[in-house]
Amino acid sequence: MKPFQYVRPTRLKDAIEAVASDPNARYIAGGTNLIDLMKRGIDSSEKLVDINGLPLKKIEKRNGFLRIGALALNSQVAQHKLVLENHPLLAQALNAGASGQLRNMATVGGNILQRTRCPYFYDPVFPCNKRKPGAGCGALEGINRTHAIFGVSKNDPTQSCIAVHPSDFCVALSALDATVVAVGIQGERRIPFSNFHRLPENRPDLDTNLEKGELIVAVEIPDAVFTKHIHYLKIRDRASYAFALVSVATALDLENNRIKSARLALGGVAHKPWRLLEVEKSLVGQPVSEATFRKAAELAMQGAKAFEHNTYKLTLTPNAIIQALKNAVALV
Amino acid sequence: MSNANLPEPSLDRVDGRLKVTGTATYSAEYQFKNLAHAVLVTSKIAKGRITGLDSKLAEAAPGVLAVISHLNSPGVPGYPSVKQPAERAPIGTAFRVFYDDFVYFSGQPVAVVVAQTLEQARHAASLVQVNYQTEKHETDFEANLAKAAVAQSVQRNKTSPFQDYDRGNPDAIKTAEVKLESTYVFPTQHHQPLEPHAIIAVWEADDKLTIYDKNQGVKSAQGNLASTFKLPRENVQVNSPFIGGAFGSGIRVWPHTIAAVLAAKKVKRPVKLVLGRELMQTSVGSRPFTVQKLAIGASKDGLLTAITHEGIGQTSTYEEHLERTILATRAMYACPNVSTRYRLLNLDVNTPTWMRGPGDATGMFALESALDEMAHELKIDPLEFRIRNHADRDPERNLPWSAKSLKECYRIGADQFGWNKRTLEPRSMERNGLLVGYGMASSLYGFHRHPSKAKAIMLADGSVVVQSATMDIGPGTGTAMTQIAAKMLGVTPQKIRFDLGDSSLPDAPGQNGSATITSVGSAVHVACESLKKKLLALAAAMPGSPLANSRFEDITAKTGRIFPIANPSAGISYSEILKYHRLPQVEVTEESKPGPERDQYSMYSFGCHFVEVQVNPLTFEVRVTRVVTCADVGKIINYKTARSQSIGGIVGGIGMALMEESVMDHRFGRYVNTDFAGYHIPVHADIPQIEVYYVDQPDVYVNPIGSKGLGEIAIVGVAAAVANAVFHATGKRVRQLPITVDKLV
Repeated sequence: MKPFQYVRPTRLKDAIEAVASDPNARYIAGGTNLIDLMKRGIDSSEKLVDINGLPLKKIEKRNGFLRIGALALNSQVAQHKLVLENHPLLAQALNAGASGQLRNMATVGGNILQRTRCPYFYDPVFPCNKRKPGAGCGALEGINRTHAIFGVSKNDPTQSCIAVHPSDFCVALSALDATVVAVGIQGERRIPFSNFHRLPENRPDLDTNLEKGELIVAVEIPDAVFTKHIHYLKIRDRASYAFALVSVATALDLENNRIKSARLALGGVAHKPWRLLEVEKSLVGQPVSEATFRKAAELAMQGAKAFEHNTYKLTLTPNAIIQALKNAVALV
Repeated sequence: MSNANLPEPSLDRVDGRLKVTGTATYSAEYQFKNLAHAVLVTSKIAKGRITGLDSKLAEAAPGVLAVISHLNSPGVPGYPSVKQPAERAPIGTAFRVFYDDFVYFSGQPVAVVVAQTLEQARHAASLVQVNYQTEKHETDFEANLAKAAVAQSVQRNKTSPFQDYDRGNPDAIKTAEVKLESTYVFPTQHHQPLEPHAIIAVWEADDKLTIYDKNQGVKSAQGNLASTFKLPRENVQVNSPFIGGAFGSGIRVWPHTIAAVLAAKKVKRPVKLVLGRELMQTSVGSRPFTVQKLAIGASKDGLLTAITHEGIGQTSTYEEHLERTILATRAMYACPNVSTRYRLLNLDVNTPTWMRGPGDATGMFALESALDEMAHELKIDPLEFRIRNHADRDPERNLPWSAKSLKECYRIGADQFGWNKRTLEPRSMERNGLLVGYGMASSLYGFHRHPSKAKAIMLADGSVVVQSATMDIGPGTGTAMTQIAAKMLGVTPQKIRFDLGDSSLPDAPGQNGSATITSVGSAVHVACESLKKKLLALAAAMPGSPLANSRFEDITAKTGRIFPIANPSAGISYSEILKYHRLPQVEVTEESKPGPERDQYSMYSFGCHFVEVQVNPLTFEVRVTRVVTCADVGKIINYKTARSQSIGGIVGGIGMALMEESVMDHRFGRYVNTDFAGYHIPVHADIPQIEVYYVDQPDVYVNPIGSKGLGEIAIVGVAAAVANAVFHATGKRVRQLPITVDKLV
């Protein structure tokens, strides 16, 4: 861990200026990921700008959407009345992540910005294009049991990255068409969630499209009808406190036992939350049945590509989709 | 039969309050004014030589006191001087710290940085530049299987239990009516106690060392450090009163301990070294990667006719770690023809070590899986199959058992579990759309008892101090010993203090091999008995004493008062005895050790586990939903701590079955899952209701208290019971642990 400077501004403007003006500065909120990265020498920031003093904790209903402040804690959001009433899928996803202690420290903004758990990223002895662009991808021909099957970058070893995004919350945010509100030197902008995280492409070191110095101040989730037939299914190596092998966020709106609209996103399968827009469209108008879900799951797998140790995901993922959809409509 | 789930009047843990209130002091928590902090620099390659080590930047960093490596180590007096030209350590050499430029495994300590603060040391450690000449390493067990060979130590020792063993006709397997052959793969696992290993080393004088250290044996650590640093034994003091779990990782003295002692010598200050979680996998041993080939033959009516069991374990290139992998197969079942082979494979990894149920947990996973496979093949209930092949005497040594209630364990376990509801066919039970499976396995663990001393002291106020250099790595040693002393002396437990974890106390073995109650408990028992006799003699000498002519057999004691059994009102209190004789205290030290009984009887703890799993047929997730375990470990001293120990073993066994595995990328010879996000151990949500039962009958041949070891048999067999349940639920036999989703797809 490198020695670092620590500041705790109380005004948003000061915080943004502090990070925007210093290439080696970054924000810290809960620190549940950043501290680990610093201790292992993966993040070598020289200045930490603690944003916990900023007034960004509010969870409120606004016209047409629910707004959740970036500093609201994962545990607060998961228990919040407005969240449970309007977007229970978010609460399910949050509660599927980490542990009680971590959820009490981790913030909404930090959750969205958490970095991959790929072991090759976490140990500087291994090559990793995300940690050190051009160094190579350790996972590509290495231990890749937990790695991506969708959206993997081209087969150029100096650019490849098959890491997955570790968040559960983000999978639900993606399914619910959330918007990220970020403020930078240039002012505020709204980034649609589907465009917030990146695929690795030729810059696997970049997880998101956030600009240097931009700070997430809130996420906004548009009002929706998905309160009843929802489910967040997380398949992992133990019952709790583990990252997803595959996760599925699903929300359905039903009418006369037919699907009126559907939302579907996957976690643990790509460099970003994997939204399945085509599958959602295909579900509209279909009857609620296992056959419908099977067809949807099959469609979802188009373009999937496995590596040496994660071929099981090609079976597990569609099965998880079927199981999640069944759970959402209580179909046994 | 006794149900440990029922409330029993068990003594609460004597140190429970200290532990839950944070007032128990663990190794890393001792305070010193002048304390310096050490952080290890470890090798990035698995094999080669260090060609350069540049510590200039590190030494110039703020707060740094020293950077120590093989280039400037103050030296370890117990190491031989480095040969020229230098040679790789021959097999049988414990790892020598900062000794020469050879690299034996990835993660090997190559330097240590000492600084004023932990943060400064950590930062400076990242500034040490090490250059290597890399040599081709071999870490892939399965790719190197053909190189496995009989261990050198076994070749030298013709009476080694690891010699090739044949009972009956070694070719009998070929002609068996029904025959199965399978290979079982056991991954490397790590102990991962929640408290990482930690040490504070203090040189009190040039020839006097005190350490506050996480280990499982203060006496063995003392002896090892004394010989390593060529100090008189009594000049090494080891303090380890509280240990936050170890499971075997603390049996040996490891390189980081030596590094801390060297660092303290160099900077002439107390030095603290705590292993980060990422170093736990390469610093304190592991359960070795093991491949087992089992062939099992039976008659159609369900009698075992032949077993051949070959075990191949992983070890380092510099040491041979052997464990009991194949030994259980010789003793477990009545089978006329049994052959075992044990081989080692030397790889460029750090030396494995004993981990809870060493060898037996590994071997019984294979044997008890194979038994289940054969029962399925024969269409016999797996429990019935085991009962039919029950060994009524030890088939290996041809001796009677000192005691064995395994059939009673089977009966209790099966009844409590509801085993009779199990359908024979796999994939034939369901609940709420989930597949349900019942599995069971037997458990055994050899009886160990070592010479052990205890001192018992009666103080003037009638309170008692009992001391022994034993350990408590979690099972509640102090609590059990307090109970044994209280029972013998007739003193309430609250008036007894039991001291342990201090190398200046009377000799006792380290805590391993399920031997503490049986060894140290016996010593405490005889020491307190001897103290009571001494006090009786003193009481008898008092004028008009009602105990004047009492023989020891005729008296008893209760609430600190000694009296004739025939006349309870005519007693004298311990404090009155000491007061009359004007004695500040009365003390005795006694030793208890095993005798010839070991040659007359075969001694084991036995048990069995019954497991229910649910498996989602779509997502393949396995959840253990119920466990019933029953053990025959002789007399139970404390139901509450015993039950906790059984539960801990089951939890470890569930981890072993479903999640624990240290994964290595062999291109680098380096582990990839070096934190708790990657190395999974069970969390609460993985653990169902666990019911624990004991036969609770004293084994009269083993020791004066009639108790046998419990720590190991609690885990031995659990993984097989889970794997057997998974097979019953799904019809899929997984022979390579852990049973993760990808193996069931």
